[in-house]
Amino acid sequence: MSLFKRKASENTFSDFTGSAKSRSFEDRVYDAIVFVVLTLVFLIVAYPLYFIIISSISDPVLVASGQVTFWPRGITFEGYQEVFKKGEVMRGFFNSVYYTLLGVGVSLVVTLPTAYALSRDDFFGRKVISIFYVLTMFVSGGLIPTYLVVRSAGFIDTVWALVIPGAMGVYNMMVARTFFKTNISPELLDAAKIDGCNDTWFFLRIVLPLSGAIIAILVLWIGVGHWNSYFNALLYLNQRERQPLQLELRYILILNTDYVASQGMSLEAIKEQRRLEAVKEMLKYSLIIISSLPVLLLYPFIQKHFVKGVTVGSLKG
Amino acid sequence: MFCLPGIIITFIFHYIPLYGVQIAFRKYSVKRGFWGSEWVGLQHFVRFFNSPNAVQIITNTLILSLYSLAASFPIPILLALFLNSMRHRRYRKVIQTVTYAPNFISIIVMCGMLILFLSPRIGIINKLLELFGVEAINFMGLPQAWRHIYVWSGVWQTMGWSSVVYFAALSGVSPEYHEAAVVDGATKLQRIRYIDFPSILPVAVMLLILSFGSLLSIGFEKAYALQNDLNRTVSEIISTYTYKVGIVDSNMSYSAAIGLFNSVVNAVLLVTVNWVSGKISGNALW
Repeated sequence: MSLFKRKASENTFSDFTGSAKSRSFEDRVYDAIVFVVLTLVFLIVAYPLYFIIISSISDPVLVASGQVTFWPRGITFEGYQEVFKKGEVMRGFFNSVYYTLLGVGVSLVVTLPTAYALSRDDFFGRKVISIFYVLTMFVSGGLIPTYLVVRSAGFIDTVWALVIPGAMGVYNMMVARTFFKTNISPELLDAAKIDGCNDTWFFLRIVLPLSGAIIAILVLWIGVGHWNSYFNALLYLNQRERQPLQLELRYILILNTDYVASQGMSLEAIKEQRRLEAVKEMLKYSLIIISSLPVLLLYPFIQKHFVKGVTVGSLKG
Repeated sequence: MFCLPGIIITFIFHYIPLYGVQIAFRKYSVKRGFWGSEWVGLQHFVRFFNSPNAVQIITNTLILSLYSLAASFPIPILLALFLNSMRHRRYRKVIQTVTYAPNFISIIVMCGMLILFLSPRIGIINKLLELFGVEAINFMGLPQAWRHIYVWSGVWQTMGWSSVVYFAALSGVSPEYHEAAVVDGATKLQRIRYIDFPSILPVAVMLLILSFGSLLSIGFEKAYALQNDLNRTVSEIISTYTYKVGIVDSNMSYSAAIGLFNSVVNAVLLVTVNWVSGKISGNALW
């Protein structure tokens, strides 16, 4: 039975609420409370996101004076134009794309074969290797010793510092192992063996093509993780040209180092200065949207798979 | 052979650092390297515990993570129970889609949003306060506000996503229980109390134990991004401190000692909580 086809049993509770007439007074009060609470939750989560979107396309002066609340006003795309004019942001964006793709690739090459080997009951040493991995989830050398090892490996200021040390995600590996265990039957292996197929061939030609769902989940998990993280880059990449998008965002959104040059002191100049400052703030809203865009575009797809992944993960074997 | 790349990477980047923890007991110097540096015993630990920072940092870390746990542990459970008992299925899907979304926002963007919204000059929150005649407040510079900002923005960001695992557990409850309960005249609240709640309890206990195991290693990324000179008295936690001492000030051994103290406390907490939980509820990790 595939773990990925459990949808049929998904809705259990609301099927038995009965018709409106048969519901007791207590139940109706309960339903009303649930409805109100969840609507509040919905608004609390949705409004800040919505606000970012409308602010990014509204007149910056109106946004800065708090006049944009429910609808965009004075629609302009100036913020977006400003973002695209910023060389370092674009550079960071492409750096991040590169690190993410490479990171996902390396991670899969390391994780999937291990997961498959550990899913096989006939694999000698399975227990020992499992313990070897699980231990790393609970004890770690800490920041400094890890940093020193990465440094002595010569990874400072290279992609490898971001890509290699975390390539073996133990949790991901266990999810993949559970998937292989439940979805690749031993009979399949026996049949292939009789046809003269060895383990490597079997893994590449039969196991991987059958594992699209789990590969998608891992790609998304690892990819989003790489795209959104900044700590490793802060730690290991000192050269500005190599820094990923999240660090560039940090300069602008958090450290606010993006100063507007002074324009002189005439009335016109002061007005212009005001406007530029407003644009600078507006750029932040646009920047938030652009930097989240890759993830946002994948979101509908991600959501479906992420949820499945959590389900498989919680049933770890 | 399939396992080799993983084993090598894990060995180098997890097990060698574990061995390298001994620099916490040495006086690390770049010239003499990892293994050549001279032994100094517990000197770094003594120095840390005698420093005025130690108490403050450890207290900050504990308060922040206990507060976080108290807020972000029960809320997803409630959310999942509520969502599961919701009658409008389409509306439920919409709420789920929206509440999961913030989880995919990066920490930098999340903190950037907070700083924008709370800004005294242009932030929407202060604009709203001005409507009621309240003077603009610089929230990010207010030490007493910092923990609330940290914790509740975390709840905002993760509650939807954390509820997924509970929601999945609830979906696994056999419909027959609910049918039988309805026949017996149970109200919805009773069904939640006696059917749904017990079914997510094991998952909840497991996650609770695990979070106690990482009580002191509460994330670096967010605390560091939200930190500024004005709120440092409450926002300096162990992970940000080890980073600053070790990487920024290159005080490797001292920082490694603090890190080691952190890991040891985590391990002790994990084992203790797991043992207590096993005694009380029969749910334990091992």
